[in-house]
Amino acid sequence: MTIPGARRIRVGIIGANPDRGGAAQAHIPALKSYAAGRSAVRAGCRRPVVRLRCGGQLFSMPPIPYSLHIDQPMLDDLYLRLRRARLPRDLGIGWEHGTKRSFLRELLEHWEERFDWRAQEAHLNELPQFIWEDLHFVHQRSGLPGAVPLVLLHGWPDSCFRYQKVIPRFAEMREGVSFHVIAPTLPGFPLSPAKHHSNRETARHIWRLLTQELGYDRFVVSGGDGGSVVGQILALDHPQSVSLLHLTDIGWHATMNLDPKQVSWSEKHFLEHSKKSFMKDGPYAMLQSTRPRDLAPAFNDSPVALASWILDRFHSWSDRGFTRDELLTNITLYWVTQAIGSSIWSYYAESRSPSLTNQEYVEPPVAMALFPKDAGGVPPRKLAERTLNVQRRSKLPQGSHFGALEEPELYVQDVIDAVKELQVIH
Amino acid sequence: MAVQRLRIEVADSVLADLNERLASYRPVPNDDTQDWKAGMSPLYLNELLQYWKSGFDWRAQEARINHFQHFRASLKGVNVHFIHQRGQGNKPLPIVLTHGFPDSFLRFSKLIPLLTNPPDPADAFDVVVPSLPGYAFSDPILDRGGTFGIADLWNQLMTRELGYSRYGAHGGDWGSTITEHLGRNHPNALAGIHLTDVPFWHVFSKPHDLSAAEEHYFDKNQQWQMQEGAYAMIQGARPQTLADGLNDSPAGLAAWLVEKFQRWSDCGGDVETRFSKDELLSNVMLYWATETIGSSFLPYYDFVNAGGGRWMIEIAKQLIGSSRVPAGFAIFPKDISQPPREWAARFFDVRRWSQMPRGGHFAAFEEPELLAQEIRAFFRPLRLQN
Repeated sequence: MTIPGARRIRVGIIGANPDRGGAAQAHIPALKSYAAGRSAVRAGCRRPVVRLRCGGQLFSMPPIPYSLHIDQPMLDDLYLRLRRARLPRDLGIGWEHGTKRSFLRELLEHWEERFDWRAQEAHLNELPQFIWEDLHFVHQRSGLPGAVPLVLLHGWPDSCFRYQKVIPRFAEMREGVSFHVIAPTLPGFPLSPAKHHSNRETARHIWRLLTQELGYDRFVVSGGDGGSVVGQILALDHPQSVSLLHLTDIGWHATMNLDPKQVSWSEKHFLEHSKKSFMKDGPYAMLQSTRPRDLAPAFNDSPVALASWILDRFHSWSDRGFTRDELLTNITLYWVTQAIGSSIWSYYAESRSPSLTNQEYVEPPVAMALFPKDAGGVPPRKLAERTLNVQRRSKLPQGSHFGALEEPELYVQDVIDAVKELQVIH
Repeated sequence: MAVQRLRIEVADSVLADLNERLASYRPVPNDDTQDWKAGMSPLYLNELLQYWKSGFDWRAQEARINHFQHFRASLKGVNVHFIHQRGQGNKPLPIVLTHGFPDSFLRFSKLIPLLTNPPDPADAFDVVVPSLPGYAFSDPILDRGGTFGIADLWNQLMTRELGYSRYGAHGGDWGSTITEHLGRNHPNALAGIHLTDVPFWHVFSKPHDLSAAEEHYFDKNQQWQMQEGAYAMIQGARPQTLADGLNDSPAGLAAWLVEKFQRWSDCGGDVETRFSKDELLSNVMLYWATETIGSSFLPYYDFVNAGGGRWMIEIAKQLIGSSRVPAGFAIFPKDISQPPREWAARFFDVRRWSQMPRGGHFAAFEEPELLAQEIRAFFRPLRLQN
């Protein structure tokens, strides 16, 4: 298709075509709706990479509004695969050594028979979403004067929707504080298709989005898991821009290569505990760090494979737990966007070339929000202080790795308390 | 149940379902590379799956497999599948060959005729090749720690069911552990044991008086564990989670298994210099058609979860058992670990130690002739005590 008065313009569409599985090229409707200022791009879970090549030059376009809509054939294909699920013999070892059979079976049944993806999709679409370059993000401005920009960074295996329950709460005025929320889906994760990203590249990308495209020059960053690492990189590279770093964990790098003669008793205790839990719970990470391509083919070909692997993590890393719909919404997002391969690649990339080491020190003020059941346990203050300028440390009464999803109220309140206590002024 | 003949025959419905799955294979997007660095080569996987779908003839492979004499016996309540091929001549020495992961009884398909029909009939063996419990056509032992009892099933098979009073044993990978257990538990029945590696779990405890070569071996092992060993950790720690996925996707199963054939063989990077697609896929088919990928992880699970009491018993058995049985080793240069002789000598009565010129983890398949010569030579002086 040709735009009058312009040279031929092509917009790359990221494909999630059940037949092809690869990136497809399509012409212009996305651009048209952008140009017309329309609010939604309904191109299935294909969505435009808004980077235009015009006469050999690359242009970056401003973010365009986005609304999630998965093509029906993609869902039909999923149900076909669910109907023919072939579960192996139950080894009878329960959650202790893998996904418990009865739970998996019930969840697969629910997925096939009762789970209403369209309802979930509509629910997710209540959040204002955008696409910029290859990033998908939620951007919800508060509308209230003096609102504080707040960047929320998720990890693996979820997406920006880890924060779906907290985003609306952040926009309200509470105790005199409200927030503009920016929650990007990290590159390589569902809806932000990208190949082989390191956390450092991710941080650079998000930095450009925040400052160049959205015009924020100072913000609070909150993150966990991979998001904690990306947040720390943002704070290291741009200390003047990060007014507060709110973290639910200290990042795996902080526990590596510590001199045993230098560690305190509490640190030693924590490291031993986390090593023990790693032997039981960490092989998934070792595998993703060394052989992602031994795993990815099953995960991208079988919803059972994908579900069992992700459920095992959600089970290990939860406290009170999640509803089936919550679990399945996340798993379905990975399925329809075919992001599992690129998401686990982040482990491989980091193990080959770590984005952070414990030799770096984060200067901006840090608030630790520690959920008691997070992976590896609660790190002692001393350990956190080795790499982070810890100004506040709260131990939350319950919750785990996905704290914002599991304990949204505790999470929101802790961010607000941290902002007030540390007098973050914007 | 007495020993029963068995014909390998995969149901049509299994093959039809497989074809449907292969036809709807959904590859990982945007990952089109030949390299094997991060695991299974995506392009090689595509090529292999293409062949599986449209070139591979399972019925032809099945017919070849059925050229061997297959049987099933109930051993202590566990149905065990095995091949039994009689050797030529008057006095073939019985030998039990034990495979490992991620292979199957097919590991020995090229070796069997070389042992039953050697150039000199005095070297002949009666060959017994069981499928490990939980592999292919053998039932799993679902009781925890069942792996530690496999050797007792083997001895029952060889003595009570097949009537051999004295026999040899050979194995690699899990097969070397089971073979060592045979020596431990039944030293008087064993003419000798022949291994292609020192059972890996000996490195679980590190002695204080290591030689320089042993230190080097430990360092290399540690490195291997970190860079290559995650498959074993996950199979031991989360066997069910992994099996759920691999049992539902033939592509996933092929990626998981075949990558190890490329990595662990002496193939110089090109897996097909050692294994044809038919050979690779026949092995994958045994896991797929019998839905045994999950139960094949049980030995890892049993070893990861074995308690201190178990190890005490094993050490005691070593002292009174396997250390008295003559042992031979053929160490192939591209196998996943390269133990020095003195390491083996800590646990075995090493009578023969051969550093082989070529070959890898699947020596019986890669270099059947070299291995056959080793096995014949090792057992030659031990036959006389018959």
